[in-house]
Amino acid sequence: MIEVHELTKRYGAKTAVDSLTFTVRPGIVTGFLGPNGAGKSTTMRMILGLDRPTSGTATINGRPYAEHTAPLRQAGALLDAKAVHTGRSAYHHLLAMAATTGVPRARVDEVIDLVGLHEVARKRAGAFSLGMGQRLGIASALLADPEVLILDEPVNGLDPEGILWIRGLMQGLAAGGRTVFVSSHLMSEMALTAQHLVVVGRGRLIADVSVADFIERAALESVLVRSPRAVELHDLLAGPGVTMLSVERGAFEVTGLAADQIGDRAATAGIALHELTVRRPSLEAAFMELTRDAVEYQTVGAAA
Amino acid sequence: MSTVTRPIVSAAPPRLRVTQARVIHSEWIKFWSLRSTVITLAVAVTLMIGIGLLASSMSGSGAAPAGPGPNPGDLGPVDASLAGLTFAQLAFGTLGVLFMASEYSTGMIRSSLTAVPKRLPLLWGKIAVFAAVALVTGLAASAIAFTGGQALIGDGAASWTDPGVARAVIGSAVILAGSGVLGLALGALLRSTPAAISTLFGVMFLLSGVAQLLLPDSWGDRVVQYLPSDAGGAFTAVSVGDGLGPWAGLAVFLGYVVAVVGGAAWRLRRFDA
Ligand SMILES: Nc1ncnc2c1ncn2[C@@H]1O[C@H](COP(=O)(O)OP(=O)(O)O)[C@@H](O)[C@H]1O
Ligand SMILES: [Mg+2]
Repeated sequence: MIEVHELTKRYGAKTAVDSLTFTVRPGIVTGFLGPNGAGKSTTMRMILGLDRPTSGTATINGRPYAEHTAPLRQAGALLDAKAVHTGRSAYHHLLAMAATTGVPRARVDEVIDLVGLHEVARKRAGAFSLGMGQRLGIASALLADPEVLILDEPVNGLDPEGILWIRGLMQGLAAGGRTVFVSSHLMSEMALTAQHLVVVGRGRLIADVSVADFIERAALESVLVRSPRAVELHDLLAGPGVTMLSVERGAFEVTGLAADQIGDRAATAGIALHELTVRRPSLEAAFMELTRDAVEYQTVGAAA
Repeated sequence: MSTVTRPIVSAAPPRLRVTQARVIHSEWIKFWSLRSTVITLAVAVTLMIGIGLLASSMSGSGAAPAGPGPNPGDLGPVDASLAGLTFAQLAFGTLGVLFMASEYSTGMIRSSLTAVPKRLPLLWGKIAVFAAVALVTGLAASAIAFTGGQALIGDGAASWTDPGVARAVIGSAVILAGSGVLGLALGALLRSTPAAISTLFGVMFLLSGVAQLLLPDSWGDRVVQYLPSDAGGAFTAVSVGDGLGPWAGLAVFLGYVVAVVGGAAWRLRRFDA
């Protein structure tokens, strides 16, 4: 279990994380979702005690990470960039990590096999591809078989096979009762992996919802309308709560009115319709919609 | 996913916890698993022995006056055999910087501190491993340089039992290890290999000359004797010069090392990784 309370981090004048409060529960995969620069990596570093919060607290299994006697046993982490000495082999990297906590050597071989790095374990980590580096990071996260996994953008640089592998791994760990907290800037990825979402933008909490609720909430329909008299129809449909977006010449997209309402009004006015299509937005679009305010705030903030 | 959720070992799980001894073991593994460290160490030892032997052979053939002690215009037999000290100091200092600062340049520090989030045990572990390795290899190098050098000098060679000789030879190893730890601490304080190396070189090898050049004669010598390079030199000198005595020199030299290690601990503890 990860508990974050009123967590704030400022770098000079810049507020990277702004009073975040949320809880990550065991037994499920929790996605930490937000556009680039939203403060995900910073939050994760604070949870692990790498960055000191400006204010607020973060605990893992009831205590600040650094106060556990065997921190690696409590939480394993894969951080965004490669956190490995480029001159050292994967094997010796893991061996040195394991030695700090008394994790037996046999477990090092075990995690190397688990992530599929057996062939290259004795090679310099600096020669690894991004995907191999991610696998090494996951191996070190799993070293002490921790209760909590914190993975920062783990699918970055992985090939499709690697992505499937990591999805399965995370779901397996969660099914085994572990707390899995994984960040991503891709809604589509999270929809496939996570059961719960913590959504952030500009360092602030935007949503803390189950994926099922999020999808339902996101299912706001729009209707694509095509007509030879599009301009007249556009004026006819305008009204409070209705937004229209021009798609191309003679076609626009309407939200806030159902397809039958649009069809009836067009018929009453004698305007011919060439197309009337109900559209459900993609999850990605729903996510963009959700975080749009946060992004807009950024633009305004920068101008001010 | 049964492999993932399987307990760490089936029988008798080990007591998993971080201890200072385990962190030292981890740093030991880190030290020896980098080719660059091992090569730099070999270079340091080679410089200490090679330059010492070279200087000794020249001093031997030059028929230097016998007996330990300073000979104006020439090196005594002990100083000749330990002539590699300055260059070996550079190499050990660089090694110390690399051992710490490369954790920052590669991002390894974040892995290290995730394993040891209390942080200070990591610095102590690094210093312990480095000091032990540098003392042992430094002592071996200075002992070989001394014995080999005296054999080359032949007539007028010094012996271990001559006054000040044992201190000079063992002291060289202490100064080598101390310079290395100074480099390590500068690496932790500045978190950058080039910044730490140039600071170390500047302080150890340029400061004394610059001070002598810029300060008026009357008090230049008095200030210069307290600089780390000169204080360390006082400890390895066979006979006492007009500066600090050997033990005062050692105390001042180690004082600098302790002060910079203190700064390193403060930076490590207080700042974001
Ligand atoms: N060490 C730092 N110094 C200054 N600004 C930082 C630092 N780390 C992150 N930031 C800023 O904080 C914000 C959040 O960054 P980050 O946590 O990396 O976001 P994310 O992981 O969601 O992409 C960004 O605007 C970034 O530029
Ligand atoms: Mg990030």
